Amino acid sequence: MFPFTEEQIRRYSRHIILPDVGGKGQKKLLAARVLIVGMGGLGSPAALYLAAAGIGTLGLLDFDVVELSNLQRQVIHSTKDVDRLKVDSAEETIKALNPDVSVNLHKERASSENILDIISEYDLVLDGTDNFPTRFLINDACVLAGKTNVYGAVFQFEGQISVFSPHQGGPCYRCLIPEMPPPGSVPSCQEAGVLGVLPGVVGLLQATEAIKMILGIGKPLLGRLMLFDALSMETFEVKLDRKKDCPVCGPDSGPIELIDYEDICEI
Amino acid sequence: MGILVRIPTPLRKFTGGQATVQVEGSTVVEILKDLDIKYPGIREKLYDGQDIKRFINIYLNDEDIRLLGGEQTSVSTGDKVSIIPAISGG
Repeated sequence: MFPFTEEQIRRYSRHIILPDVGGKGQKKLLAARVLIVGMGGLGSPAALYLAAAGIGTLGLLDFDVVELSNLQRQVIHSTKDVDRLKVDSAEETIKALNPDVSVNLHKERASSENILDIISEYDLVLDGTDNFPTRFLINDACVLAGKTNVYGAVFQFEGQISVFSPHQGGPCYRCLIPEMPPPGSVPSCQEAGVLGVLPGVVGLLQATEAIKMILGIGKPLLGRLMLFDALSMETFEVKLDRKKDCPVCGPDSGPIELIDYEDICEI
Repeated sequence: MGILVRIPTPLRKFTGGQATVQVEGSTVVEILKDLDIKYPGIREKLYDGQDIKRFINIYLNDEDIRLLGGEQTSVSTGDKVSIIPAISGG
């Protein structure tokens, strides 16, 4: 394996002296390839800390531009970035933070046509999307490709976090939510509002799980769904077992076909 | 006997903002019935006809009731029932 430069030894010294990480762990991080889908509330803090940690390759997938209303929580972008593509703005911030990170930009909407090709370039996927259709697409593609999917979702003051890795025996997203909720059954994204710091907390819990999975340390949220309530400042967790009747990772699920669902979020 | 039910944010408009409420019943179906009596309108958000909506998960303590006895799962004093809906924000 490659030796550290002197600058890297200084930059990552707090990892290198950490018993469960060390030089060996830091090299794993530098060799890791992580795809972050969505450069919004969850993806922004996750990308910043994964970059700071020295994840060697970060893929950023988003087709959207920065809006002023994003800046209350999407901390990788700045006021000067309004109207720029989110991935361009994020790349600039990441490069300024840590030039070790090589950044791949995927300036497109995730679809059944492109998602498998994109995912195939990475070891692990961090789901930072803001809609059900993309969450189902990412899940199904990760199951198909045998990639770990670090899940996070937020609503107003509440967040959910888990790690889906059916190729290692755990459940997938569809073991939690088998089908797309029908239109009108859940509040639409824009009308609901979100406490700005909430996706910060949840996105960093996702980044923590991603780093643990790469290092192979600790007890990840495999088969566990963690719930976080910012108002009561309580966390609790429930068991998330692989469902026998899961339409995607169940034993009788048949071949997986990627689906482009209509977005139920009214704009 | 009183059972604590954890109410997720999207349903707190029915409980006057309360994150946990106390209801009565000895099975999950009775608990959810009493919940709708005390907080009218909440049942419609949980059920699709006679069945719990597929994207709503009900947990008894840390176990999914679908992997226990479904709605007929027994509950007893000290148990906690959690309603966990699908959320998608990011």
